[in-house]
Parts: sequence; structure tokens; C-alpha cells
Amino acid sequence: MSVLVLAEREGKQLKPSTYQAVTAAAAWQLPIDLLVYGDDVEAVAAEAKQLAGVCRVLTAQAGHLLHPLVEDVQELVLSIAKQYTHILSAHSVLGKSVVPGIAARLDIAPITDVIEIKAPSTYVRPGYAGNILSTIKNHEPVQIITVRATAFRASNRGGDAEIFTIDVPPAREISQWISEQLTHSERPELNSARVVIAGGRSLGEEFNALLDPIAVQLDAAIGATRACVDAGFAANDLQVGQTGTIIAPELYIAVGISGAMQHLAGIKDSKIIVAINHDPDAPIFKHADYGLVADLFTVLPELNSALQQS
Amino acid sequence: MKVLIAVKHAIDYNVKPNIHTETGQVELAQVKKAINPFDEISLEEAVRLKERGQVSEIIAVSIGGAEAKDSLRHAYALGADRALLIETDAQLQPLAVAKLLKAIVAREQPQLIFLGKQAVGEDYGQTGQMLAALLGVGVGTFASTIQLNDDHVVVTREVDKGTQTLSVKLPAVVTSDLRLNEPRFIKLPNLMMAKKKAIETIAVSELDVDLVPRFSVISSREPQQKPGAIQLANVQELVAKLRQAEVLQ
Repeated sequence: MSVLVLAEREGKQLKPSTYQAVTAAAAWQLPIDLLVYGDDVEAVAAEAKQLAGVCRVLTAQAGHLLHPLVEDVQELVLSIAKQYTHILSAHSVLGKSVVPGIAARLDIAPITDVIEIKAPSTYVRPGYAGNILSTIKNHEPVQIITVRATAFRASNRGGDAEIFTIDVPPAREISQWISEQLTHSERPELNSARVVIAGGRSLGEEFNALLDPIAVQLDAAIGATRACVDAGFAANDLQVGQTGTIIAPELYIAVGISGAMQHLAGIKDSKIIVAINHDPDAPIFKHADYGLVADLFTVLPELNSALQQS
Repeated sequence: MKVLIAVKHAIDYNVKPNIHTETGQVELAQVKKAINPFDEISLEEAVRLKERGQVSEIIAVSIGGAEAKDSLRHAYALGADRALLIETDAQLQPLAVAKLLKAIVAREQPQLIFLGKQAVGEDYGQTGQMLAALLGVGVGTFASTIQLNDDHVVVTREVDKGTQTLSVKLPAVVTSDLRLNEPRFIKLPNLMMAKKKAIETIAVSELDVDLVPRFSVISSREPQQKPGAIQLANVQELVAKLRQAEVLQ
């Protein structure tokens, strides 16, 4: 019995969610193999072998894995899946896209978006926009799951796993990567940042001017509500909530956010929640640790200078 | 070109579900249900493709009891040409749903198959990807823009730090994200007309699919709530509290 964890990389580095996925996989107390793939995996493999708890790093290198396509990752995993009783990935865009199909091809039901593993085969996962936590007993002979990375701490370095090269099946060629428009931000990534500051629609055109300086001081990622994104004040990928990114930082600062159900679903696992809103009856205050009823346009510059002085 | 849309009669997204005190399960029997919003977005996209002359027939398919006919009538009102109901009273899991849809795809031979990126409710978010894998076709998940061509569909998808554009050969599965479109407002005459249209029903047994549940939901609970915010008087107090909590570096 052993576990296969699917790694994800960004350029020459592992994504933080891979560190968290390895921690999640340790719940089974079985040997863990970590699969890294790409067009050039040398640097990533060297990083991956240091993850504590990993037995073997499997490297799959092929030109067509530069921009991994769902079908190609599935073929790759299926080519070695028979050796594993457990397959685990982060519930990232790639993980969500790839894992259910791998499971279906093996005629196994996957359990997705798991926040707690109760080994050997019971899981806790949120549903109903985060309003319900369900405990699920999986009856399948192979456990295939995706985990919500923010629910698990990152694994440490300090391991020294062996590296094995595996053969890569040929490209399926049923889909083709055309382009990517990625936002290059100086800010940390939303789903792994220690601090997140997010704004609602009421910030309007001043969204960036008000939040940026504070985010820089706190080394925080910037987030936005759906209404704020829909109104065009913030980019799509900043959306925090059930249909956007789900976050669980140490500190979440909600600025001018009323606290709609679908937004709360994306933030409720944050350790400390601070809400700043001019409306004392805003529902966000029921879900926050600290509240400040104030006008955003005066209080944000104040916060910025208070942080500068301290 | 034929397009198939999977439609789930799901818990209304405005409804906060309750947990049955005795069974510890989510109460679904008396809860208000409606078409899954992501499926409505899929239908709207198909209707727009048809209006542009790229699609000849839109088939909506749902799985469930007679109540699911409400969502299929909604599909008719939005512009579906045909509606199918795979009748069953069982609570099916995603893998079984994907297998049933595969059987319908074999029968109808659509070139493009739309599912929502997830259904409101359990939020599994699996069925579209499973269907594509079972069919051996490509999938464009989390679609925010699509452009249909003769033998492929160009899908722009929302990824972690922006968007990615893929070209997927037809037939293909696309899962709709929130920003694919804004569904049109349904006019009353369309709704009246939809009530008169026939819904073809297929007994689930006809499709010869293994529907045995693979996992059990043992219990459900509400997450712990915070006791409510401590109200602070000013920014200085806030900074002091954050420092106390050791979240400021």
C-alpha cells in the first residue's frame, strides 16, 4: 500500500499547495511517492526530494508537459496508478480538472475538496457553500481525493527522497494549449498568503490606491468580492469566495465587505478576521474577530500610516 | 451541430440548508429547488451559439424524480429544443451521473456537451471531468469564454492567476464558470409555452448503468461560528490587537 501525490509546479518551483498536499497524505501513514512532471523537471525534482515524508520522487519529463493538459496528466497518472492504493492532489484548478477523470477511468469515486482525512477512508468536506461540513465514509478499494490545501500546514524540508525517472505516455493531442494571460503581481498568491486584505465594491475606482500600500506593508495578497470584480474594479482572479479563491490566511482584513454567504464561504477558515465597514449591521461583523465601524476612505489611509509608524 | 446540456434540479442557491436533528443529514425533502445556476449559464451559451447559426439543436437532459421537470421546463423557456428526463428517485453520486450521461451521449451524439463547473448543493465539481474521461474526449473546465469552430472549440478558462486559452477537438465537454455569460431574463410567454412542451422520460433501468453508491455521508454539521466581532474604536486599537495576536510582522 502506498500513496501517490501529484505535485504542481510554477516555473522551476513547487507550488506551496504541493507542500500542503504532502502533509495531508501523511495521514495514511503509508509510503508517499511524489510525482513531478514538466518539460524540464530537474530543479523541481531537487526541491521535491527535500520534502519531509516523501519516499520517492517520480519525475516525468516531456516537451508536451510544458503546459500540462488535462488529458496528458491523466494518461501519465494512469500509467502508474495500478501501483497505488491512494492518489491525492491539491484541490487546485489543475487538481480539480484532472483528478475526477483519473478516478472515472479507474471506475473509482473520488472525494473532492477534503479538509480533514480520518484514516483510513473517512473524510470531512464542506458543501452547500461552506454552510455544511459532511463526514464521508468512502467504500472504494482505492482512495482518490483532492484536498483543500489551506486546511493543511505545509510540510517541512529536510527529507532526502530518491529520484526515479518514469516513462511519459505520448501526448493525447485532443486539446492544445494556445495562450495564458497571467497577472504578474508583486503580491503573494491569494491561496497561500499569510495575510489577505480584500475590498468590496464600495472602494470603487480607489480600490488599488487604498489597498496597495497596506498590502505592501503587511506583505499581504489582495482580494476582492464578486460584486467588486463584476463592477470592474478588480481583476477576476482576485475574487475571494465560493466561486472564486477559497482562503485561510493567518489574518484576513475585509474592507467594505458586507459578508454575503458566498463570500463568507471563502474566508471562514481564516484564523483572525478583521472587518472594517461603515454599516454597523453588516453581517460580516458576526463572522469577524475584530470590527471597526468607520468610513473606509478615511480609515484606510489612517491604517496605512499607523502601520508605517509601528 | 447538436449540443447537450446537463441540467440539475438543485437546491436553490439562496436557501440555507438545515440539518435533520435525528438523522444528522441535510434536509432535502421540503427544500426549494431550482435549476443549478451554472446549468442556466450553459443553456444561455448554447442559445447564443444557436442564434449565431452555429448550433442546430439544444437538448437538455436531467436526472431525477418528476420534480426535475421544473428545471427542464426552465430549460425550454430559455430556448432548449428538446428535454429528456432520466427518471429515478435515487440520490445518485457523480460517477453514476457521469455514466448515465455517457449513455445519453451515445444515443444523441452531440458535438458539444455542457455541464456546470459544479452544482449548488454538495459542490462536488466532478461530473463534467468524469464524463469527458469516460467518453475519451477533451474537456475545457471553468470556461469563461468559448468560441465554437467546425471541428474544435476554443475555451478560455479561469486558472489560479489569470486565464488560459485551450483549443479542444470536438466532440468535447465544457464546464461553465460564472463569467461565461449572464443568462437572459425569461419572458412570461416563453414560460407558458414551456409548460406545454413534452418532456421525454427514460427509465433509469433502460440505460443499464451501475448506480450503487460508492461512499456514504455519515453525518453533517454546521461549521463552528465565531462569537461575533469585538468592536474597536479606532485604528490604533486595531493595530494594537493585531500586534497582540502576533499577526503583524
